[in-house]
Amino acid sequence: MNSSCAMQFGMKSICKVRNLRLIARLDVKAPNLVKGIQMEGLRKMGDPNEFARKYYLQGIDEILYTDIVASLYERNSLLDIIERTTQDVFVPITVGGGLRSIDDVGAALRAGADKVTINTAAIRNPEIISEVARRFGSQCMVLSIQAKRFSDHWEAYYDNGREHSHLDVIDWAKKGQELGAGEILLTSIDQEGSAKGFDVDLVKAVTDVVSVPVIAGGGMGRPEHLLEVAELGNADAVAMAHVLHYDHYSVNEVRNFCIDNQLPVRTVNVLDIGASH
Amino acid sequence: MNKVVVVDYGMGNLLSVRRGLEHCGARVMVTSDPDIILSAPKVVLPGVGAFANGMAQLRSLGLDTVVREVATQGRFLLGICLGMQMLLDESEEFGTTEGLGIISGRVVSIPSASTNGFPQKIPHIGWNSLVLSKGIESWEGGLLEEVIPGEAVYFVHSFMAVPSKPNHRIANCLYGGIAVPATIGRDNIYGCQFHPEKSGEVGLKILRKFLTL
Repeated sequence: MNSSCAMQFGMKSICKVRNLRLIARLDVKAPNLVKGIQMEGLRKMGDPNEFARKYYLQGIDEILYTDIVASLYERNSLLDIIERTTQDVFVPITVGGGLRSIDDVGAALRAGADKVTINTAAIRNPEIISEVARRFGSQCMVLSIQAKRFSDHWEAYYDNGREHSHLDVIDWAKKGQELGAGEILLTSIDQEGSAKGFDVDLVKAVTDVVSVPVIAGGGMGRPEHLLEVAELGNADAVAMAHVLHYDHYSVNEVRNFCIDNQLPVRTVNVLDIGASH
Repeated sequence: MNKVVVVDYGMGNLLSVRRGLEHCGARVMVTSDPDIILSAPKVVLPGVGAFANGMAQLRSLGLDTVVREVATQGRFLLGICLGMQMLLDESEEFGTTEGLGIISGRVVSIPSASTNGFPQKIPHIGWNSLVLSKGIESWEGGLLEEVIPGEAVYFVHSFMAVPSKPNHRIANCLYGGIAVPATIGRDNIYGCQFHPEKSGEVGLKILRKFLTL
């Protein structure tokens, strides 16, 4: 992979020696895991902790929780779910949805989250990106961008894809990085829930201009979609929801597909994980 | 035997470290009380964040001398991530900052170009495989005894802790062809750049081993 990457990916791109991270995205309307279609209409899927544990045992690289109703401090809220998850899930956990202040971020980290995603609050007050990075380190500040495609550009949306920010996604991603975001979670509103594949052009447009890792989200339906977004879009990580929640593929199947197609992923000793399953 | 003290100096995700150790059967106490830390058979120094902040926090609580004392007394000490980096003499993160000087060496930036000249992303975030450091023939008898070379663990860092003595390097990971120290150590003192508490079953094997050292 090392020596061939110049030819494969062109001089400008970053050599693909790092493993593509496989992330399970769990959208939560406490106490349930829910799955939406294009950010409208929800279906209850069950206990998010059970899903997180299942994906952990299957070898997921990270867990991403999003509170879609932004009810951080209510009873049986996302914070309780995170606390329970950290008891038997030992991979990084990222949490977002309705985090409005440094105190909210602190509460999420104390509950056991390793990183937070911020969208709405960052659009309203970009300074929060710098504040979180300064206080907790940029490694835990993930800027979440919900991108909607227009004829010649993408715009950032917020409030679960309902509100229009008038921010150009590419400009916003660059600014987010300058302000201290350590990663970008880039979700295509158009592809979300479609299972038709990622918006590869969107991911490529953002990875071309930022140096921080980019997590591609929205549209994963088949393992082949991973290849496109990793090889053509230069994604560093992929967020999967639908495809895992409905058991279309297990994490292991996705991982093995990557290995079979020479896409570098974490090596997992199946014995370790299989034994406790 | 399974009592562990986790040093609380106001930085890092202590809950995860605690949960990981508890899952491995430890009785964990999270504290900044010097007396408790000094009487513990095993001490974990966790940490996430900037080197200078970490050292300032340790000093303001008087814990820098306490952690040095733990090392001097030959008790088991495990530094994780920033906790590992602070074991060294100094760091070049935002100017030069003095460290604990428990393992001689410096904390330097991860080179932003791979060995074949390509730019690479900093911070180094994600899962990477542990490999034997140069001159190390096996991990037998130490913290990584149960780990099979090539097994992957979770990293998130922009700086790397480079011991000045090659024999203090136990394991590396390769990032853009660069050998980045992943586990360092001498005597009863260990440092892990990765997060064993976030590294799945491989990380738990390492924590379990620390408890039985």
